[in-house]
Amino acid sequence: MKKRNYTISIYTENNVGLLNRISAIFLKRHINIRSVTSSESEIPNIYRFIIVVKVDGEQIIKLVKQIEKQIEVIAAFYHTDEETIYLETALYKVNSKLLFEERQIQNIIKKSRANIVTVKPDYFVIEKTGWREETDDLYHKLKKYGLLQFVRSGRISVSKSSMEISKHLKNNENE
Amino acid sequence: MKNISGAEAVIHCLLEEGVDILFGYPGGAIMPVYDELYKFENKINHILVRHEQGATHAAQGYARSSGKVGVAIATSGPGATNLVTGIADAQIDSTPMVCITGQVASSLLGSDAFQETDIIGISTPVTKWNYQITKASEISEIFAKAFYIAKSGRPGPVLIDITKDAQFEILKTFEYKKCKKIRSYCSVPAMDNKSLKNAADIINNAKKPFVVWGQGVILGNAENEFKAFLEKSGIPAAWTILGLSALPTDHPLNVGMVGMHGNYGPNKLTNECDVLIAIGMRFDDRVTGSLNTYAKQAKIIHFEIDPAEVNKNVKVDVAVLGDVKETIKQILPLIKSNNHDKWIDEFHNYYKIEYDKVIDNEYNKKKGGLSMAEVIKSINNNTEGESILVTDVGQHQMVACRYTKFKLSKSNITSGGLGTMGFALPAALGAKIGDPKREVIAVIGDGGFQMTIQELGTIFQTKAAVKIVILNNNFLGMVRQWQQLFFDKRYASTEMINPDFVAISKGYFIESSKVSQRNKLDNEVKKMINHDGPYLLEVMIEKEENVFPMIPSGSSVSDIRLE
Repeated sequence: MKKRNYTISIYTENNVGLLNRISAIFLKRHINIRSVTSSESEIPNIYRFIIVVKVDGEQIIKLVKQIEKQIEVIAAFYHTDEETIYLETALYKVNSKLLFEERQIQNIIKKSRANIVTVKPDYFVIEKTGWREETDDLYHKLKKYGLLQFVRSGRISVSKSSMEISKHLKNNENE
Repeated sequence: MKNISGAEAVIHCLLEEGVDILFGYPGGAIMPVYDELYKFENKINHILVRHEQGATHAAQGYARSSGKVGVAIATSGPGATNLVTGIADAQIDSTPMVCITGQVASSLLGSDAFQETDIIGISTPVTKWNYQITKASEISEIFAKAFYIAKSGRPGPVLIDITKDAQFEILKTFEYKKCKKIRSYCSVPAMDNKSLKNAADIINNAKKPFVVWGQGVILGNAENEFKAFLEKSGIPAAWTILGLSALPTDHPLNVGMVGMHGNYGPNKLTNECDVLIAIGMRFDDRVTGSLNTYAKQAKIIHFEIDPAEVNKNVKVDVAVLGDVKETIKQILPLIKSNNHDKWIDEFHNYYKIEYDKVIDNEYNKKKGGLSMAEVIKSINNNTEGESILVTDVGQHQMVACRYTKFKLSKSNITSGGLGTMGFALPAALGAKIGDPKREVIAVIGDGGFQMTIQELGTIFQTKAAVKIVILNNNFLGMVRQWQQLFFDKRYASTEMINPDFVAISKGYFIESSKVSQRNKLDNEVKKMINHDGPYLLEVMIEKEENVFPMIPSGSSVSDIRLE
């Protein structure tokens, strides 16, 4: 079966050690996590992990079932790239003198619709939010001139279809 | 309750959950709890094992014979890490267990303090749930959750780690409320009437239906419902090693064991049935052999409590989710009364072949060294199928499970999924304490016995009347068998030069004897059974005996070998 990117959304309680418990499921199966983020969700006190993995269609079903089985996981879902709206944010730290010496840089920033977050005498920081291809593109363009630092966040995503997490919670509470 | 310490709160939690027995070993970080155990010794009996691994296996044996949650307790660091094998065993065999570990004071966490280990991190992949308590105020809620999680749904082990300061901390008030639900946890998935009806339709139209059942029937206390289902539908049924004893051995629809060393017919006919009905089992690789050739011709129905097990190894046509006690009860009125005598005859025909080629030769052996099977025969003859069999891991385990005759459920206690050598001796102790009225017979190989041999001390101290049978071939027999069959008889590190087991037993003041002659075997077994108290019988058996039938690993169930 063909491997592809899947975005796993996991709604959980907010407990110490839960990230370890979830990542152990991937470790046990020798699956590399491509990106992970966690934050509050739309429901107070419920957290949301977004994990991206490249696996096949059968593996993803089994993985998500194992994740959902964990006691403090309220529900877990998986989506293909087409089924989600997703973004990543990248920061690029560049030497300030380049801004004045290399006129191209200004064009690159404009064309890529990136923002300048801060400018200091020694360096300036560019922020670009978008798909991996876009932040990658900007990376390669700036790399030529020299990057002092580069970092990219994990994927954040919302699904196009509803995940009905509140319904899920209600079901368990009424059990 | 007012102004009690965290340690005392732990005891009250246990009492609230009906715990009257603990298996454990004290040490620095758990001493406050032990100090309370001293005060409550008339309410909670603490069994002092000789190694913490023994505490977990004893708790498992206790859980499996009593149906209650087994509780093990240990200190931090090495005490906690020594529990890990038993926890992993309980996880893979779905045994309800709560483990309590002491931990260094919360101010010292992460400082590499004396006897500090990250037992939460270590135990995470092998626990159903775990939690570190750092404040006494958490104790009541966490214990309530722990017992609920361990016992509900598909059972499993839970570990609670308690820092020493939380044990000392004084609680102004303490109250205990049993946990009945957790919003993020669905213990039993909702039953779906449509799948129930689909399953019934397929079963009613089957020509050669075949049931394979597992431990789910026992864990769900569904033996009666299961038997009623079989008897109404007339479907032959075979067991996985953990399902053994849920249906009496001599029940006409019980056709034996599936899997690597299972019976000939059930394995062969797995690939000839038209409907395979799996009940409370998880298609372990030791059951299925190669998945590419497993029951491909059959429609498969899976009665299962854990949604993660559905379609994990074998793709099923209909999954009936839920507690088997409930789902089997619900499907019963939808099932037509039927009989499948002609189909069952096919099992009997295969049994005859197996009997002639394998069973008769070992069960009724007349010449040469003693076989493992004839020892089991002698035990059968002297116990009337009412005792609890506890086995370790290896050849003796397969032989004991193949030949022991059972009348009662919850009578077979073994390490199935993890294959933990050293399991049987402490598990037998726990099983005896869990069901003291029943005879408990531990059948153990000479290898596994030496992995937890120190628990003879616990058996002596508690006077638990466990009957221990060592099947001694001076070999790690199962590994030797594989070396013979698949590694050109290169017997790398499998021959054992053993100590005098009888002398060791006597050193622990446990009555003991040794037998190697056929004509004395029955008498020795009788003597062991009749002895009032623990007893160890060492039986010298044929050195190079092989267990057949056998499905070589990676082969199809159809390719089961008789020699």
